[in-house]
Amino acid sequence: MTPRDKILYFLRLHRTGLTVWLLAGFLLAFPALAGNPYVLGISNLIAVYLIAVIGLNLFIGYAGQISLGHAAYVGLGAYGSALLTIHFDLNPWVAMAAVAAAVAFAAFLVAIPTLRLSGHYLAMATLGFNIVCHTVMTQWDQVTGGPSGLAGIPPLSLGGVSIDDEAKFHYLVWSFAIVVLTLGLNLARSSLGLALAAVAQNETAAESLGIQVGRAKTRVFVLSAVLASLSGSLFAHCFTFINPDSFTIFNSIELVTMVVIGGLGSIWGSLFGTTLIVLLPEFLHFFDAFRDIIHGLILVTVLILLPQGLVSGLRDLLRIKLLAGRNNA
Amino acid sequence: MPTLSDLLQFLFAGLTNGAVYALIALGFCVVHNTMGIVNFTQVDLVSLGGMFLYSALFLLGLPMPLALLGAVAASALSGALVERLGIRPSRSDDHLVLIFLTIGLSVILRGVMKLAWGKNRMAVPPLTADEPIRLWGATLLPQILWILLLTGGAVLILAWVFRRTALGLCMRGVASNPAAAAIVGIDGGRIRMVSFAIAGGVGGLAGALVTPITTLSYDVGVLLGLKGFAAAILGGFGSFVGAIAGGLLLGLLESLAAAGLSSAYKEVIAFGILLLVLFVRPTGLLGKRKG
Repeated sequence: MTPRDKILYFLRLHRTGLTVWLLAGFLLAFPALAGNPYVLGISNLIAVYLIAVIGLNLFIGYAGQISLGHAAYVGLGAYGSALLTIHFDLNPWVAMAAVAAAVAFAAFLVAIPTLRLSGHYLAMATLGFNIVCHTVMTQWDQVTGGPSGLAGIPPLSLGGVSIDDEAKFHYLVWSFAIVVLTLGLNLARSSLGLALAAVAQNETAAESLGIQVGRAKTRVFVLSAVLASLSGSLFAHCFTFINPDSFTIFNSIELVTMVVIGGLGSIWGSLFGTTLIVLLPEFLHFFDAFRDIIHGLILVTVLILLPQGLVSGLRDLLRIKLLAGRNNA
Repeated sequence: MPTLSDLLQFLFAGLTNGAVYALIALGFCVVHNTMGIVNFTQVDLVSLGGMFLYSALFLLGLPMPLALLGAVAASALSGALVERLGIRPSRSDDHLVLIFLTIGLSVILRGVMKLAWGKNRMAVPPLTADEPIRLWGATLLPQILWILLLTGGAVLILAWVFRRTALGLCMRGVASNPAAAAIVGIDGGRIRMVSFAIAGGVGGLAGALVTPITTLSYDVGVLLGLKGFAAAILGGFGSFVGAIAGGLLLGLLESLAAAGLSSAYKEVIAFGILLLVLFVRPTGLLGKRKG
């Protein structure tokens, strides 16, 4: 191999890892480039959502299951962190870990009966769970503050430094997001990831290959609930204020939209889908009345034209074009 | 301690809501049977029924019977349009894609309703004068009788269409085996469009009947519609008898739970019961077991 071939081979072999490092490098410099706390606030929101969206994509995209209630787990994370830090004065990090563990356990208990359900029944069960959680958040006002929510959630702190402005939070939340992104990329190539892909295609065939379908589904469900809970905890500490309106079934549908637009089963697609949906309102200031319609139109257009999502779909189209070109030449 | 008349009152309320849930559940089942998917635009077809009734009464100045008929017809047309313009172009048979597609269409429909009718809550008058009827100490709004009567009528008409007409036979054919139905010359696209129109019609009827006793807004159908979905699931998705039984059961349970426990947690109880049923019987009460 010539040195040029060697470099190309190295780049090809490590393309995923190198892209992650490239993204990390860009994010390291981003606060200096953005310079504006408002822009940082939006990019932080992208990171917070991204953590939950990657978790949801593992469940929908890889395992081929339906969840229309993931905002409930984000809400449990947010309310758990808020309540433990406000009422019990717990260290926010301890609270975050404790809530994530509790949500993992809750998700495990929910998963046992729920994941026996298929298709429409699963859609209903997850929707129902979301509606139940939202109603409790709204109605149990002695604890949850009712519709007006909870304020005065303390910011996170690291090594004595309080993470109380956008730039500091940027580094914290994007570190989380990059770790989750890497986890997602690696999980897809792990034995669990391959098992899930098989389950998504055909449960019976997967079972006949020795995959414990129930166990694989439960594991990915618990993982995605924990990621949603972490996203919720970060959300609560970032905004220091939460109310039930952020955790409705419509928010669950928004999370699903982010997954679908980016592409089912595509982790990079989730980054793209989340960024697009969070940024959209910024571009649509003048069309606020049309916001829902445009949201829906994007989702419908992507599903009709490129059902595998924008990122995977355009990549496939490009690949076909290139191959066709090569054959003609 | 609730008295007998209180109990009767809650029974009427439960039956009324139950009838509405049953109608919506039927809409979910019709589309499920011909396409195998959950049609989430059903919830907005319910809101549309109320909206069309409002416009027919106050914009066009039609008398009530004509306005109700017009509202149902317009909702049915909207359902057919949703299938023709939104679902059919996708040419996908992946259920996940189709279900997400109906979610996207539902977002669009809500956006359109918000633009056309605004975000404010509106009031629709009941079908006939609001003189309550007294019955063994319980009061009964005439609208409740209308709801029970028209729901019963709609169910009978649907049953007749499905059992006794060529169209119903075609629909049952597509439901049981789309490929075989296509071979004998049944136009699957047309049947799917008709099933969406029926879903729109029953959803619109439910919306037009229930909005006088609730209020009307662009998102009134969401919770009602999801309870209709819950009713369909409770009965065993796809079964018409199950949908009606599930609707009435859900309405009654919800009403009794609100009476006995707390009306603030009505939703929690309704969906809690649904989750419990699903955990015990994963295919609903009357659903067929797999395998």
